[in-house]
Amino acid sequence: MTLPPESKTITRADLAEAVYAQVGLSRNESSDLVEQVLDEMMEALTKGDSVKISSFGSFSVKHKGERVGRNPKTGIEVAISPRSVLVFRASHVLKDRINKATQAMSTPKSES
Amino acid sequence: MTKSELIQRLAERNPHLFLRDIEKIVDTIFDEISDAMTAGDRVELRGFGAFSVKHREARTGRNPRTGDTVHVEAKRLPFFKTGKALHEKLNEPKHDDMQAPEDKFYNPLSD
Repeated sequence: MTLPPESKTITRADLAEAVYAQVGLSRNESSDLVEQVLDEMMEALTKGDSVKISSFGSFSVKHKGERVGRNPKTGIEVAISPRSVLVFRASHVLKDRINKATQAMSTPKSES
Repeated sequence: MTKSELIQRLAERNPHLFLRDIEKIVDTIFDEISDAMTAGDRVELRGFGAFSVKHREARTGRNPRTGDTVHVEAKRLPFFKTGKALHEKLNEPKHDDMQAPEDKFYNPLSD
């Protein structure tokens, strides 16, 4: 396996193309199914449910109370409103895979 | 929701598809995202979020219990940033009149 010289960005269209190549569905239906997967995940998360995908990772919603923060640029203290944030925890399988690839790579790519 | 529950829901929405095809679709999607991150690529799913890989240099760390210095190898960490639309959806107020004006608060996610 050779790695491309610079990093690419994968989008919905690439996921739909992969589904199209793997399963005998039309391109249209493939992209519809990709959308449905994201839809279902978002719906579960919006309801406060967590989403656990084995050997990939889990998404959960954390509720944060109001707190005082600081604008790092100006140093001015501001109130940070209570909010819900989505937390993704990668599974060990995924973390290990990503790190095995690093060892095989001579020069690390620039990060985003 | 687990992966099998996700597959179940998709099966209900798509009675014309075989369960094994739905399983394959779901697996393909997550495999594709994993492959991309393994290659150091970024996966951007507008409205949902973006997966990327962050590189951490090797450093000298400390065992917080004993204070011993330990060498921490350089590593890559998978990272996910929630998309704007999903973040907003998660923060939709239950009652509209209770929503605080946006600009009153510093949003650490907007930079």
